[in-house]
Amino acid sequence: MNIVVCVKQVPDTATERKLRSDDKTLDRDAADGVVNELDEYAVEEALRLKEAHEGEVTVLTMGPGKATETIRKALAMGADKAVHLSDDALHGSDALSTSYAMAQVLKKIGFDLVILGSESTDARTGVLAAMLAERLGTPQLTLANKVDVDGTSITVQRITDYGFDKVEATLPAVVSVVEKINEPRYPSFKGIMAAKKKPVETLAIGDASIDAAQVGLTAAWSSVVDFAAAPPRAAGTIVKDEGDGGAKAAEFLASKKFI
Amino acid sequence: MSEILVLVEQVEGEVKKVTLELLTLARSLGTPAAVWAGPGITSEAKARLAEYGADKIYVAPSSDIVEYVVAPKAELLAQLVADKSPAAVLVAATPEGKEIAGRLAIKTDSGVITDAVGLGEGFVADQSIFGGGINVQSKVSKGTPIVAVRPNSTAPEPSAGAGAEEEVSVTLSDAAKAARIVERVKQEKGARPELTEAAIVVSGGRGVGSAENFSIIEQLADSLGAAVGASRAATDAGWYPHQFQVGQTGKTVSPQLYIAAGISGAIQHRAGMQTAKTIVAINKDPEAPIFELADYGVVGDLNQVVPQLTEEVNKRK
Repeated sequence: MNIVVCVKQVPDTATERKLRSDDKTLDRDAADGVVNELDEYAVEEALRLKEAHEGEVTVLTMGPGKATETIRKALAMGADKAVHLSDDALHGSDALSTSYAMAQVLKKIGFDLVILGSESTDARTGVLAAMLAERLGTPQLTLANKVDVDGTSITVQRITDYGFDKVEATLPAVVSVVEKINEPRYPSFKGIMAAKKKPVETLAIGDASIDAAQVGLTAAWSSVVDFAAAPPRAAGTIVKDEGDGGAKAAEFLASKKFI
Repeated sequence: MSEILVLVEQVEGEVKKVTLELLTLARSLGTPAAVWAGPGITSEAKARLAEYGADKIYVAPSSDIVEYVVAPKAELLAQLVADKSPAAVLVAATPEGKEIAGRLAIKTDSGVITDAVGLGEGFVADQSIFGGGINVQSKVSKGTPIVAVRPNSTAPEPSAGAGAEEEVSVTLSDAAKAARIVERVKQEKGARPELTEAAIVVSGGRGVGSAENFSIIEQLADSLGAAVGASRAATDAGWYPHQFQVGQTGKTVSPQLYIAAGISGAIQHRAGMQTAKTIVAINKDPEAPIFELADYGVVGDLNQVVPQLTEEVNKRK
């Protein structure tokens, strides 16, 4: 089974995240880049499926040169090889452009299964998996907390408001995973050393038949008009519990008409 | 005024509150038209949609629409966009709502904005990004604006609309029928409101100390008619089910009131609740970062403070 797992480099939530004042895109230099956390669960699930059914796990990322750090992490966890879509023309791409560019690469490299995290911690749009399925014309098995593959059929548990749906489809398919699906492994020392020797193919847009007019900031279907730091919250009232903390909190809630 | 399509969210025929919010929001920008995707519309549901301003109710009763994952709903909306040329399409910014919006954007070659917390003239959307650190205004620049709006962004206000029903038949492509829902499994969640929709959320964290002790949190939630949430520390410890996790890798909530008990307020948690209108924190550590966000904070042991608060709330009811 040929599994492609999509990973994204995102700014570390623990560091200050900013937008650029010039073109209002993410300031990638302001914060440390890390693997999008939910994508680690996607890598883990890909590795588990490979271990159960054989095959190959390819890491796919789109992003500037720095994104190779993210690829190395996935390779160190155990993925076999990587494809890095990197081109200045992609800067500022929105979700529609990103899904288009990634779908073009996926068509070029081929796949039985595409797995990704259900959203990224920076943009948090949660649309990429659905958009890839739409563009590729393949079944969408998203928000999965359990994935089973049997020959050419795939079954997932899709998280819903009321519990979960059991969803069935035929491969090839696009899957997104939620956090509770597994526990991602830590790269071993051996894995880290082996990752250095694994092949990473870097593609520019022309290598994947990506039309420059469909990507980048100028092609974007939506744009940031303006942004500003959120005004700091007004300092609240903090009291020490001296046996009446609950009652005082109740008074506060009553003053705000919550009770 | 131009029509604005609002995709109805419903559970077993009952219209969810977020849809009433979207109709209220749509009224300020155009003429709301509700879209009921699938079978099971009731006269109560129709009356409710009209009560909150739906001028039209498009009903697509085909059961095919709900038997496959997401794609049929996007196809239905795409057909309505082509037929009715609406000024915009609004969906709830739930995980599924956002997926529908994403597919619809591609089908109609339109821009999409997710997690809007406000929507103004020209469909300029307000968003709160990076865990509430930055406020952004965004705009769709191509096609029909498709906007996924977060629950609790607008207070629902009734204002009668005509509620004229129009049946819609949709022919689904084979691609839309690729991922079949073979079973729906309902997990008991009791009488509490849905976490992402609730006006009040009471969450417990590491300080709760055990699964059994979460009953303290639940009792406070029930006294306020609130949903229960949990921090990742609490769900990872197995004290509360994962689907109630609030934070970066869990649910994003934006309630009127958020009460955090025994939660330190790590950045990952803040990312999921920082846009709450009012925040109350109870924690024994006076240095806990949650107090930086709190409108009201009690430094104390939650085992004493929370039951007392519950008792006071019950007394005042």
